Amino acid sequence: MYVAVKGGEKAIENAHNWLSEIRRGDVNVPNLEIEQIKEQLTLCVERVMSEGSLYDTDLAALAIKQSRGDLIEAIFLIRAYRTTLPRFGTSRPIKTEDMVCMRRISATYKDIPGKQKLGPTFDYTHRLLDFSLLAEGNIPKAEKRKVLKEKIPHVLRFLNKEGLIQKEKDNNYQPKDITRNPLEFPANRSERLQSLSRADEGFLLALAYSTQRGYARNHAFVGELRIGYVKVKYNIPELDIEIDIAEIIVTECESVNQFQGSKKTPAQFTRGYGLTFGQLERKAVSMALVDRALRWKEIGEEFVGAPAQDEEFVLSHCDNIQATGFLEHLKLPHYVDFQSELELVRRIRKEYEKNK
Amino acid sequence: MRKTNNVIKIKDFKVDKGLPFDQEYNFAYLDENTKKMIRRAIIKALCIPGYQVPFASREMPMPYGWGTGGVQVTASCLTKRDTLKIIDQGADDTTNAVSIRNFFKKTSNIKTTEITEKATLIQTRHRIPETPLKKKQIFVYQVPIPEPLAFLEPKISETIKMHSLSEYGAMHVKLYEDISKNGHIETAYAYPVKTNDRYIMDPSPIPKFDNPKMNNSPAIQLFGAGREQRIYAIPPYTKVKSLDFEDYPFDPFKAEHACDICGSKNTYLDEIIVDDAGNKSFICSDTDFCNKRKNK
Repeated sequence: MYVAVKGGEKAIENAHNWLSEIRRGDVNVPNLEIEQIKEQLTLCVERVMSEGSLYDTDLAALAIKQSRGDLIEAIFLIRAYRTTLPRFGTSRPIKTEDMVCMRRISATYKDIPGKQKLGPTFDYTHRLLDFSLLAEGNIPKAEKRKVLKEKIPHVLRFLNKEGLIQKEKDNNYQPKDITRNPLEFPANRSERLQSLSRADEGFLLALAYSTQRGYARNHAFVGELRIGYVKVKYNIPELDIEIDIAEIIVTECESVNQFQGSKKTPAQFTRGYGLTFGQLERKAVSMALVDRALRWKEIGEEFVGAPAQDEEFVLSHCDNIQATGFLEHLKLPHYVDFQSELELVRRIRKEYEKNK
Repeated sequence: MRKTNNVIKIKDFKVDKGLPFDQEYNFAYLDENTKKMIRRAIIKALCIPGYQVPFASREMPMPYGWGTGGVQVTASCLTKRDTLKIIDQGADDTTNAVSIRNFFKKTSNIKTTEITEKATLIQTRHRIPETPLKKKQIFVYQVPIPEPLAFLEPKISETIKMHSLSEYGAMHVKLYEDISKNGHIETAYAYPVKTNDRYIMDPSPIPKFDNPKMNNSPAIQLFGAGREQRIYAIPPYTKVKSLDFEDYPFDPFKAEHACDICGSKNTYLDEIIVDDAGNKSFICSDTDFCNKRKNK
């Protein structure tokens, strides 16, 4: 007689032990330190913080180590941890105009108040493998400059002065935290931007790319991309004083897009907005393009049925933790459902044979 | 080079020594405010049988699609006096059932059982036990896609309207087309039902063999969809009818065999390939029921 396989419990334990062993790899190779990940894999750490929606370099580095470098798995670890943290309040909105910029570029003006600043970018590197990194490569010293004290104004402000770009109105809407309220459709822009900011980089990149290739074409200029340090301020209600609770690195992108004008709006430029934790330029620019595509209704543009215009499509599928979970659940047992399908197919075939 | 002043420091890296009860988390993992929010959604769901109530689903330490909705509903309903049973595919020993049971053991130190009658709360994936559910039991389903109309209309903003207007024609047309093409309704699991003569509801991917068990059940039936952020419910003694036509009545079939272990003829069976020649064996998917019958 057949005896059904038992022992799921033991199998799980063994699998976890093997996983721990394989994560460590060859024990003769030194153990990877959290500090090394934090200092040398900064862009991984920043992606994990951004899509994990938790700014903590130590925890992100730990998650990367624990996940064997699988960043979606690391993001998942951070999300699961984040959800257990108590909320003691909401910070004041960060002021990106006060940012201490590491990098600040505009593709729309050659020269701008505050100047262009390349900063640490891959942009103009030649993508040649640097074999000197196999050994302890020589690190060239970067020239040092004093941090400029004066504020660097946003580029789009200048277009704003002339009325050439659509004005953003403050609708006095108190943003709802999408991690504490269910997302419902139609969503408003605040909820949309929150979703996009924690969305999967690859998904946003593909959608943004699709708008460039003609699916809701909207030629975008990078009006400004700035990366640097901003202070996070918190107002203590009991004392009514504002204090700095953190300094974080963020990337902000404002895109300038063509717009022909419509009955509702005279011809003017429109904008898209991208903001992420860390230095995630690709993500921030993608986010700005997708944000702009999603604003078709507000601007009075035509809905051409492009994926990037479809709010429900974009927001329902942009979260990689939701997506990967549902996709990977296909690995769970489905014998019961499969059995009922088998039975159905057999019945249909039997009748087909009978009627032949 | 890059230094940021993080306020939140890693407080402690406590090594998990495999303790049975992890006191670092609140009872049943979720904090009390989250449980309150979920209980409110459950109460609303019980008041409007079959209606999908949006709730602020949390990220859980297991992946979306692996029962996070069910786990959140269970966590919100659990009390220290409860006895918990977790099944997947009808069995207590399938990997995901083991994993979820261990999660609750670790975070709530709750009593667990494999015996359906002894459980006060049962969480399931894909099956309803063969032993009839009884009064005062809470039965929690894990739901992947709560929207029964999703396969006809993927936009939730549209399906919400269809539900509010009871505009269910498209669903009936789909069932009709199945019959006209193949002589059968081509849905073997997650077979849609109408609850309390009002809402068309997805019963979660249980085989349609199990659908009749939902009707007029004395137990409280709760459905949690974590990724899709929805909770819905069937209060005790509520009419649940599988969709059909007068001339094509609902047919909850199963494999035409008896269980090769316990001999039961009227239980849902798993089909097992036993040798390289592809010979088959059929055994009860409900392992608790099968064991009890075999030992009698």
